[in-house]
Amino acid sequence: MNVPARSEALVGTVDLRIPSEPEWVAVARLAVSAIANRLPFSVEEIEDVKLAVAEACTTCIQDSPGEHFIDITCDVAERSLRIRVRDHAFERSEAARPRAVAFSEGLGVFIIQALMDDVEYNVDPKSGTELVMTKRVGS
Amino acid sequence: MDIKVQVRASDHDAYVVELGGEIDVYTSPKVKDAIMELIDRGHYNLVINLEKVRYIDSTGLGVLIGALKRVREHGGTVNLVCTNPQIKKIFDITGLVKIFGIYDNEQDAKKALA
Repeated sequence: MNVPARSEALVGTVDLRIPSEPEWVAVARLAVSAIANRLPFSVEEIEDVKLAVAEACTTCIQDSPGEHFIDITCDVAERSLRIRVRDHAFERSEAARPRAVAFSEGLGVFIIQALMDDVEYNVDPKSGTELVMTKRVGS
Repeated sequence: MDIKVQVRASDHDAYVVELGGEIDVYTSPKVKDAIMELIDRGHYNLVINLEKVRYIDSTGLGVLIGALKRVREHGGTVNLVCTNPQIKKIFDITGLVKIFGIYDNEQDAKKALA
């Protein structure tokens, strides 16, 4: 997966793996909220991050039914939080193209793009789909 | 995680659906079932009260859009009650403020149905 270069030094990384089931999305949301709370984000910015992560997980669940888990990596810097959300739908490589289109056009991704500062996603038939999004303090 | 759904009859064949808690990919099917059951019973003028909703995502918005589409086929409408700034923001960025009537209180939302 291509991970964009960072301009800020990392102060910590947190990895979370959840089952790819609707009832676990709230866990991802609350965990990432707790991480975002360690940065000097406003309450509104933390709500934005919570919703963006939930939308990313929901997209993984809806676009890749039957997958076992979703990996969420939070790279924490002094004034930014980069979150990578990955599913592992690599067994259906022929489905990668339609999934990429669905991913970019869904309401969930539209919301993510509106709430986060940088958003990009990669669909790789060999390793799955990765959404990378960054929120900066005060942006 | 919790979602509370309360349905009650109001004036002029209108119904109020009062929601509370968090509406996401896990809880939105319960909300959808309650609203679609009302529509299936022939009630096409609805007020959906989101005052006690702490969180809503795109699946919740999808339920509301689906309900509006269904009632409009029968000449009805869905008005929302919402004052939570974070939730209003989601309606703003998705452009749904232009589609739904969004009111600060239930009385105004019901009045606008008439």
